[in-house]
Order: sequence, then structure tokens, then C-alpha cells
Amino acid sequence: MGEISTSVPAASRRGFLKGAAATAAGLTIGFHWAGPLRRALADTPKDFAPNAFVRIAPDNSVTVIAKHVELGQGAYTGLATILAEELDADWAQIRVESAPADASKYNNLAFGPVQGTGGSSAMANSWMQLRQAGASARAMLVAAAAAEWNVPAASLTVERGVVHHAPSKRQATFGELADKAAAQPVPAKVELKQPKDFKLIGHKLPRVDVPPKTNGTAQFTIDVTFPEMLVALLQRPPLFGATVKSFDATATKAVPGVVEVVQVPRGVAVVAKSFWAAKQGRDALKVEWDDSKAEKRGSAEIMAEYRKLADQPGKPARKEGDAAAALKGAAKTVSASYEFPYLAHAPMEPLDAVVKLDANGCEIWAGDQFQTIDQANAAATAGLKPEQVKIHTLLAGGSFGRRANAASDYIVEAVSIAKALGANGTPVKLQWTREDDIQGGRYRPIYVHKMEAALDAKGQLVGWQHRIVGQSIIAGTPFAPVMVKDGIDATSVEGAANLPYAVPNLSVELTTTETGVPVLWWRVVGSSHTAYATEVFIDEIAHAAGKDPFAYRQALLAHHPRHKAVLELAAKAAGWGKPLPKGKGRGIAVAEAFGTYVAQVAEVTVAPDGKVKVDRVVCAVDCGIPINPDVITAQMEGGIGFGLGAVLHGAITLKDGAVEQSNFDGYQVLRIDEMPKVEVHIVPSPEAPTGVGEPGVAPVGPAVANAVFAATGKRFRVLPFAAGGTA
Amino acid sequence: MAISFTLNGRATTLDADPDMPLLWAIREVAGLHGTKFGCGMAQCGACTVHIEGQATRSCVTPLSAVEGQHVTTIEGIESKAAKAVQAAWVDLQVPQCGYCQSGQIMSATALLEQNPKPSDADIDGAMSGNICRCSTYPRIRAAIHAAAHTMEG
Repeated sequence: MGEISTSVPAASRRGFLKGAAATAAGLTIGFHWAGPLRRALADTPKDFAPNAFVRIAPDNSVTVIAKHVELGQGAYTGLATILAEELDADWAQIRVESAPADASKYNNLAFGPVQGTGGSSAMANSWMQLRQAGASARAMLVAAAAAEWNVPAASLTVERGVVHHAPSKRQATFGELADKAAAQPVPAKVELKQPKDFKLIGHKLPRVDVPPKTNGTAQFTIDVTFPEMLVALLQRPPLFGATVKSFDATATKAVPGVVEVVQVPRGVAVVAKSFWAAKQGRDALKVEWDDSKAEKRGSAEIMAEYRKLADQPGKPARKEGDAAAALKGAAKTVSASYEFPYLAHAPMEPLDAVVKLDANGCEIWAGDQFQTIDQANAAATAGLKPEQVKIHTLLAGGSFGRRANAASDYIVEAVSIAKALGANGTPVKLQWTREDDIQGGRYRPIYVHKMEAALDAKGQLVGWQHRIVGQSIIAGTPFAPVMVKDGIDATSVEGAANLPYAVPNLSVELTTTETGVPVLWWRVVGSSHTAYATEVFIDEIAHAAGKDPFAYRQALLAHHPRHKAVLELAAKAAGWGKPLPKGKGRGIAVAEAFGTYVAQVAEVTVAPDGKVKVDRVVCAVDCGIPINPDVITAQMEGGIGFGLGAVLHGAITLKDGAVEQSNFDGYQVLRIDEMPKVEVHIVPSPEAPTGVGEPGVAPVGPAVANAVFAATGKRFRVLPFAAGGTA
Repeated sequence: MAISFTLNGRATTLDADPDMPLLWAIREVAGLHGTKFGCGMAQCGACTVHIEGQATRSCVTPLSAVEGQHVTTIEGIESKAAKAVQAAWVDLQVPQCGYCQSGQIMSATALLEQNPKPSDADIDGAMSGNICRCSTYPRIRAAIHAAAHTMEG
């Protein structure tokens, strides 16, 4: 434990033996060791690599090959836990290494033929795959020991990386058995454990990546260096859609250390011997832009246009009964609009990639989240075939969705610069600055939600009309054929079209807009806005009906037991209903995202000047079988902080098309002094595991907004709270 | 121009632009990569180092300003407080993506060296210049308290 490899060796891979392909030649090839320096050792013919996901070496190390990038969400630890469980390995012998880009082996089973990480899918799609990989390797180790000792395999047990034969008191470590196991046939079928027999899954195992992340040795893309490596900064246009008309690099070239200034499709790159030289060179660059095709609207104008569109019906995303008739015949109606700004992801490590390009191939080092897409886009940019693009996936300093985009923007930029420099094999690191990140687009889109509800004389919810207006994240990407159906981008309406509350007359409609502002999924995607709209609105309805907001939800969730269970657990743990002093309030919200159910109760204090302080958030989560309760807890804590920062402060605004924020001074995120106390309760579940990286973000905004209402009677309907919007 | 200072206990001379931020001198000239670039304008704290024991944002400190000074980075911390902080960070499993954590640890260590028993408010005051987008804040708070407790014992 505690050792991870953050670079993938460059030597050729001769493939993995899979299925019944193992032969007398043995499983001697497989993966290499941690890095180039250890490659000689790695090629020793004694490693046992029965499948694409595990390699056992004579030194008794068990290396799990992670097909998902580690962005902070704990993927390396979770993937290793699943495999180690069925292998019966000792956690201390586990290492994790990043898989190469190779969709034939490492595709995300939730994404089809694409290798990538997103949608909180790492655990869910790897669950059976890695259990089988671990069980298969275990069976071969057992078979090797049985053959060696001439005893029946059934008489052997495995515990913490050691195979035992109790009657003869013989035992052997995995490392000792590795070369003999390699000669065993891969079993056609393996039996998996019953959950009651899990020894690692469900326990608070320490993360594999924590030690190097506490002593400065964890290697991120920004830390990749090569002799002769150049550093590039790219001057991008000030308006989205503008292009280079001309540039004057005279002053730039006078900066010591600047090597070259090249024009590429996305702007003008200043290439230097160091970051500092490139930065000074870029500051001195003069570019004239052609903004004839650029987006010149401000975000206020875009919002105003969306408000008008929300008055008109949209395309149906879900329709049950007759919501319009229910509204007409209602004893009481409730209506509200909610507005959501652009949001930047702002991962702590600004986007970066190192590219080494020559006529025969392209090597990329990045915290890569979308290997197959990035391989294809890099190849198209370089004029190569995708298989000529080798990606070394490194630890990523956060992403929140940003590093996975269909245009592979930062990867393509880096490749285009290497190409403009002559594709001469010189490594080039493209480094974004924070300003590049905040102003570089691919934001969570602006949305307007217009909602109307019909209540009968008893306060029962009988009609619900929900109109969403906003830009499609998926349109124009390779995912559109699967994820946009009948004009409905699934990511625009998720969390709204699948409203869990029992309402006989329901209409969820979408109007998809187009702007020149590039947009992208942002942690928890659609539920980053739909959970707020639906969960604040149901609170408004409960209030209008004169009912307790928890009890009102509970009554409408009879057919959604997992929603109901987390809601009830959060309410109970938070002491729902207990009186609070004046100026304090308690709010509740529940959401399902990516198959994980989360409810949160927020307690807030609102100062006389209106300043909101969130004191405490109690969170209940059902993510199926909990693989690592401590990682789940950490992801809920982190999701709550991330979501809260957006609700309190987060907004990217445009004036005449130009982004008004440029760094963390203008684009404010949550800091420690605003972080509430968080309590996380995990629902025990026998269901297959689902993800936890994103879902914790969804309920925090509405829970806090509902708590503010409980404290003050004030509803925040325009985000962020800092914008003061209570329209 | 050559600037001489003590880096992690060693006499060091770096021949670089005196206006170059210390961050880039440490990373690209001295070759120590634990100190991170996050914002370039002292907003996020990822670049925090100690100069004469004070937590300082190296991204806005010109190299010339450390002439003759003692600079310590994540690679060089070894005080009792530093060891306690790093151990608590592991015990409480603080990091997620980990990118900001060198800076967090440098700020936390400086805090404990000056205030061995900080309150939550003291922690908020000393640590609010360090952004963590993964929001590991509850664990940072708990780990600083745990480290303070270790140092007492």
C-alpha cells in the first residue's frame, strides 16, 4: 500500500494473455514496473499477469492496473479494493498503476467502446470485471500451489496473500507462486465471494495515494520534465469564437528564454525554455483578433432571452396525465423560476499536457480523463492513426468534469503546438494559467427553470409543470446519437425528468438554446441545477400546502424506497423537527444521481445583515454496497463543499461576450472558513455499488436554500446567493 | 543574476532572473516539484513555502527577495510540527486529488509552530488562504487538531 506509479513505461507492450490463451510459455509479459528506471527489473520473466488488470511479481507485490484516472475521487483505491478482495491479497502488498490508453482492454463498460472516466461510473462498471479478474488470478495461484504440493485445490485456503494447506501446514506467498501460476490455464469460470465474506470491501482501507500526496512526491502533469523540454503558453481569443487576424511577436522574442512563437488553430503559442519566460513572452505578445463570428452577448442578455423562452412550452422530456388541465382546475397553484449561472470547474491543477510528437507517433502525458477520445483527437490533429498515440495517464489535480471533453481542447492545443514546432520529437509542455482556466470556457451552462404546481383543496400535489431552458452539453459531440433523443439532451433534464415524487399530472419540458459559449458537464452534471430547482420548488409547495417539508416529501416517495430511506435517515440523524433558536433554520433535500441516492439536512445561521453561514450538513447516502466507507464519506464531504461554494458564490459572467472573472479573486470558491461540519451516514445495501464522486453535490444547494427559508422566509431563486437573487 | 539563499537547509545559489517568482525558481531552476502552481496571484496557497519560518506565497515573491533568507519547501520540512502534521494527514486521510496539499501542509505547519493549540477559528484564520477544490477542509481542521494533540504528548 502507499505506492503508486504515476507514469507508464514507454516500452512496447506485447499484450496480455486473456481467456484460455495462457500456454506453456507462461504469463511472462504483461505489464511493466512502475517507471522507466525500473523497466529492466520489470522484464524479468517471472511476473504473473493473468489478465489486463493485475500483475503479481516474485517480490510479492500485487499491482492493480487502473483503467480510471485518479482525480481525487479515490478511484485507484476503490479499483484495487475490488480486485484485491477476490484475490484475497493483503492490502499492504497492493500497488496501483495507471492503464495505458487501449480501449480494447480498458474501455469503460458504461461508455461502450470508449476508455474514460466520468458519470461516477468507475466502481459501477468495474465491479464485476475486477472481481472476476481477482478471482481468476486467485484460482490460478491456488492451482499452482495444488500442483506443487500435489494436493487437491479444494483443500487450500488463501488469506492475505498467502496460500495455505492446513493439513500439511505448507504455505506459499503469491510472490513465491507467481511464476508457477503463470503456467496455469486461465479458468473458464470462477466463483465469486458472497458479500458476507468480504474482508476488504466495506472496510476503511487507507487510500493508496495518500502518502505521496502528503510529502510532495506525487507526480502530476505539471511535474513532468524532460531534458530539452519546452514550455508553451497559448494566447487564446478574448471572445469565444474569435480568431487570430495577425500578431506581432517582436517584444515576445526579445524575452530571454523565448524560443518560438507559433500560430495554431486556437491562438498564438509562446514557446520557451521555462514557464516564466513563456509567461513574460505571452504578456508581451500583441495579437489582433477577428471577432466577426464571436459571441458578443453578455450573460445578462442570454439570461433575459432564456426567461422569455421559458414562457413558451418546450419539447416534452416526460409527460404524464395533463399538467395544464391540472393547473387550470387547481384549488391552489404555486409558481417559481430559478436561474443558474455559468460555472467554471477550476480544478487546482490548471490544465496541462506534455506532448512528444514526431513523424511516427505521439506520446502524451496528462491527467487524462478521456483516453479514447483524446487519442482520436490527438491523432487527427497530428495526422496520425489513433493507435500511434500513446497516453500516459497521470494523477490529475482535480477535474470535476473539465478534463473530459469531446473536443479534447487542452490535448489538441498541446499537439497542435508540437506540430507547429515541426513535430521534431522535442517534448513540449502546454501549461494553462488560472486566468486561462477561468476565461477558457467549457462552463456548466446557464439555465432557467420555470415551474408551476397544482394543489387540490387538501394540499395534495396534483400537477407539476417544469420548463427548462438551456444549452445542450452533448449536442455536436460524438455522444449525441446516444444521449440526445428527440431533441432532448439527457444531461439537460436528468434529475427533473425522473422526478421521484408521485404526481398524477406531470410535464417536464426542455427548450435547447445555442450560444457561442462552450459548455461542459460540471460535477453531477444535470443535477447541478435540476436538484436545486426541484428540491426548492417542492419545499415551496409544502409551504404553500402548510405541510412539513420532510413529511410532504416522504408521503410522495412511497414508490421510491431508496430515496425515502436516505431522506428518513438524514432527517432522523439531523434531529429534524427539534426547535432551533431564532436566526437559525433547517432545510432538507434529496436527490438521485448516477444511481446513488443522497439526502442532506443543512442547518444555517442567517445574520441580521443576511449573511448565510452553514453550520452543519447531515448527509445520508445509499450507493449500493459501500466499497470504502471512508472514501464515500470523503466524497460526500467534498461534494458538499464543492456544491456549497457554487451556491454561495459561484458565477462566471460575460459582458459583451468577455468573461468578467479571471482568477480566484473574482471567481470565488469555498474556503475553509465557510466549510460546515459534515456528518455522513451510509445506508447498508446489498445492491451493486454505484459512484460517489458526484452525487453528494446535488442536494446541498437546495438543502441550504430551504434552511435559509426556514430561518428567514427568504427564498433564493437566483444563484449564487451572492447575487442576492430572490426573484 | 545569481541569488544566494538557504533552501531546505542547504546553501543554494540560483542563476536566474531576480524578478522570477520564487515558485518557478524552486520548480524549474532548483528542480523541486512539491510546491505547486495554482493561481499566480496569492489567491490559492498551493505555492506556500516557509521563508524564515513564515508561510509565504512563493508565486508572488520575487527570487531577489529571498537573498540571504532561509526557504523551506514541502521537501525540506522536518520540524516536530511538520512531522505531526504529515502523520495526521495520513491518519485522517486528508488528501483527495492532492494537488493543494503541499501548500496546506506548509500553512498548517507554520500555524502549529506559532500556535501549538489553535482553535477552529485560529485554523480558519490561518488556512483560509489555501483553497482546496476537493473541499478536504473538515479533515484539514481535524488533522490540525490531531497534530496539535500529538505535539503535546
